Amino acid sequence: MTAAVEAEVGRARRRKEDARLITGRTRWTDNLTLPGMLHLAILRSPVAHARIAAVDTSAAEAMPGVLAVLTGVDLAKEQGSMGCAWPVTPDMAAPQHPAMAVDTVRYAGEAVALVVAASAYQARDALDAIDVEYADLPVVLDVTRALAADSPLVHPEFGSNRCATWVFDSAEAGTGGETAPAIADAEVVLRRRFRQQRIIPAFMEPRSVLVDPTGDQVTMWSATQVPHILRMMLAATLGLPEHKLRVIAPDVGGGFGGKLQVTPEEVLVLLAARRLGRPVKYTETRSDSMLSCHHGRDQFQDLTLAARPDGTITALEVELLADLGAYLGLLTPGIPLLGAFMFNGIYRIPAYRFTCTSVFTNKMYTDAVRGAGRPEATFGIERMMDELAAELGLDPLEVRRRNWIGHEQFPFTTVAGLTYDSGNYEAATDRATELFDYQGLRREQARRREQDDPTLLGIGVSTYTEMCGIAPSKVLGSLSFGAGGWEHAAIRMLPTGKVEVVTGSSPHGQGHETAWSQIVADRLGVPFEDVEVLHGDTQISPRGMDTYGSRSLAVGGVAVLLAADRVLDKARPVAAHLLGCAAEDLDFAAGRFTARGTENGVSIQEVTGAVFAAHDLPDGFEPNLDAQATFDPENFSFPHGTHLCAVEVDTETGAVKIRSYVCVDDVGTVVNPLIVDGQVHGGVVHGIAQALFEEASYDELGNLTTGTFADYLLPTAADLPHLVTDRTVTPATSNPLGAKGVGESGTIAATPAVVNAVVDAVRHLGVTDIEMPCTPQRVWRAIGGGA
Amino acid sequence: MRVTVIVDGVSYSDDVEPRLLLVHYLREHLGKVGTVVGCDTSNCGACTVHLDGRSVKSCSVLAVQADGREVATVEGLARDGRLHPVQQAFHDNHALQCGFCTPGMIMQAVDLLADDPDPDEEAVRAGLEGNLCRCTGYQNIVRAVLDAARRMSPGAGPEAERLTDEAAQVTHVAGGGQ
Repeated sequence: MTAAVEAEVGRARRRKEDARLITGRTRWTDNLTLPGMLHLAILRSPVAHARIAAVDTSAAEAMPGVLAVLTGVDLAKEQGSMGCAWPVTPDMAAPQHPAMAVDTVRYAGEAVALVVAASAYQARDALDAIDVEYADLPVVLDVTRALAADSPLVHPEFGSNRCATWVFDSAEAGTGGETAPAIADAEVVLRRRFRQQRIIPAFMEPRSVLVDPTGDQVTMWSATQVPHILRMMLAATLGLPEHKLRVIAPDVGGGFGGKLQVTPEEVLVLLAARRLGRPVKYTETRSDSMLSCHHGRDQFQDLTLAARPDGTITALEVELLADLGAYLGLLTPGIPLLGAFMFNGIYRIPAYRFTCTSVFTNKMYTDAVRGAGRPEATFGIERMMDELAAELGLDPLEVRRRNWIGHEQFPFTTVAGLTYDSGNYEAATDRATELFDYQGLRREQARRREQDDPTLLGIGVSTYTEMCGIAPSKVLGSLSFGAGGWEHAAIRMLPTGKVEVVTGSSPHGQGHETAWSQIVADRLGVPFEDVEVLHGDTQISPRGMDTYGSRSLAVGGVAVLLAADRVLDKARPVAAHLLGCAAEDLDFAAGRFTARGTENGVSIQEVTGAVFAAHDLPDGFEPNLDAQATFDPENFSFPHGTHLCAVEVDTETGAVKIRSYVCVDDVGTVVNPLIVDGQVHGGVVHGIAQALFEEASYDELGNLTTGTFADYLLPTAADLPHLVTDRTVTPATSNPLGAKGVGESGTIAATPAVVNAVVDAVRHLGVTDIEMPCTPQRVWRAIGGGA
Repeated sequence: MRVTVIVDGVSYSDDVEPRLLLVHYLREHLGKVGTVVGCDTSNCGACTVHLDGRSVKSCSVLAVQADGREVATVEGLARDGRLHPVQQAFHDNHALQCGFCTPGMIMQAVDLLADDPDPDEEAVRAGLEGNLCRCTGYQNIVRAVLDAARRMSPGAGPEAERLTDEAAQVTHVAGGGQ
């Protein structure tokens, strides 16, 4: 029987997922062992650009436990070319992308040979016995020189290192004016070049893939964010029949965009397993991962902002130079373009032009990392707003107020052509400044400067929005993206009244099992504990577009809600039949249909049981309450918020310490505040990490010099402040849940807030920018240290 | 080489290669896959276990170095169906998202609280410095450890892991409020 249930949506439910994760009973891919399973290891190129002159595998083949050693030549006929799903322009240069290099390596870390052996140790031992002779080719590493006529070429067949040039112009699009005259006429014109350094996603679970070939069926377990996309792309890449391929994403230990990829490793393990007719597993080491998991960001941004003396913006021009690395991954060329729609931020800008030139270099390819294009854009505009404030002697919050979209102006179509459905920037900013003690900190900042305090205080502002809930399929189509942006859900009503929810979203830490249970428990009026959420297996969940772009709740969660509504629609005539009334005379609340005005009722579980028995149903009723729904949103959703950061800068060492951090985010309807706060914490720290700690660096030969966690600095608990978080709630109007998405907002907002704070601390010393990460050395040099 | 080691209260004896890392012995020889490998430079701490009651990164210990000693992993923390107070606090405070760092983080937190049963926030942050997490920003992990300290006083650590009825009783009482 159904008890009256407290509303689940909005409740801080502790997570269902935790039970297995806190007890060590988790199913990571690398935890799986199959009978007869073999282990695969990959030999990676130690050079950035070379012809493979010769490979001698004979010694490796003779090593103990080794079953096979394969090179790119061995696999050339069957490996196909790794797919890129986003041909951004008709003339985009799309090079062949072999899973394993056949005759040329184009980045350090590219796979050149593999070993399959009885144990993982034996496989790795045998790598050392493979002899590869490389004939070095000149390397292209500096993206700013890669388009010079005399530059070496990563892919000579294109005659240039240019991949694509993509332009958005508001005058051409009809969404605004021309930028050139606006800039020519402007009284204030600011030009800045900002650097978005290359970063590494650094999910904690190294990628792992296990393939079990049984007859013509192939089952793949992979630590992926995208089992459905992976299945489809593997079928396309290798010419496999899709229906013979099952992909399972078991427990996945974080992704941050890094597992939104179809990887050479997945292809190679599949090919090796098929050749040997045995299960084969590959689990990368962290050092492998740093080299061969796609990187992110890596662009130069040239911004020109025109304004009136009162701070009103009149035009914005953006020229991006994006370093794509050596090949195109799944979404590589499209990632910088996601920024095209976000550089205008939350502001009313009358004229806008965006140009992105993307370029090949001899580095690991870039692709989505948490935020994917939007953190870069938000960084650019939010840094620029602080620069404008400084130029005009205005408070950075005031210059924003003079330009942002007022809460009464929604829905608002931006100069980039998006329609922001809802928002309240004033409310979020008011709340943030109150929590932050903005005025008090400004006074302290002035005092420290006056007293020549060696520790200076800086305050950084970031008032961001983002487009998430990716995405309306029509919009993706207009951007030449290779797929739609819908999401699927199914609900299965079990005879005992329990409920199975099948989702096409594929979680890797987000807590779908909990949040989806809350949505369904509320809608169907069943206990939270009675709902089981199934995901991440193409056999169980055959349709899905997976998890990225803060889309799970705003698209996948809505599909779940719609499927639940369809269950109720099917149940209603049965309930009416059982109660002897007309369907339109039924009320439904707290899991119970009642005949209006009476005490006569029947629970959803009782209806389910009656349908299962099928003894007494309305004439012609198909005995099945299960339902499915596919939701394709009409619009993106637009979370927003105000982040304020105070830093202390030690002028003697250049060290930056975050003194306080306040964020007030508006992510629309909150299903589970515990989960939302957790996403904000992690997102903000990811942004702080880019601002202060992380950078993937290559030396002049193209060696990755940050190839381990000893060199690539993830912040630790000791490096970080306690974050103050709060929310305003302005529901999205683009979906019936009112949810906007929260997975990326912190990362999008935090980076400019922190860098603005660092620059603000030392601006009176003549500093207008410090490249990320703002390490002690960079800060110290910026303020004249060592000069 | 022959190693004899007690893991989560069970004695094992195996012939192993001298180079075999303790974490690989646990995972691949004993099937104790609750302890995971997150890096290869001992920076991330995902593989943290207890060796004779003190936390070690099991990627930095050879299996043979554990010979004759006692290893505790996250799999052995819960007793009689009752979570260890640190596990319970991680659950209650949403101190995990993907959960990959969690086994190591919990084992390190237990060790930290054995050293300092009443740490302040700064001490918790310093004590967890060798364990990386990408999901949580550490905020709720810190909160959970402080919460666990309140639940466990006086002290968890090796006492809470001893396989005696008395210790289990202590764990149960301290973990009340589950």
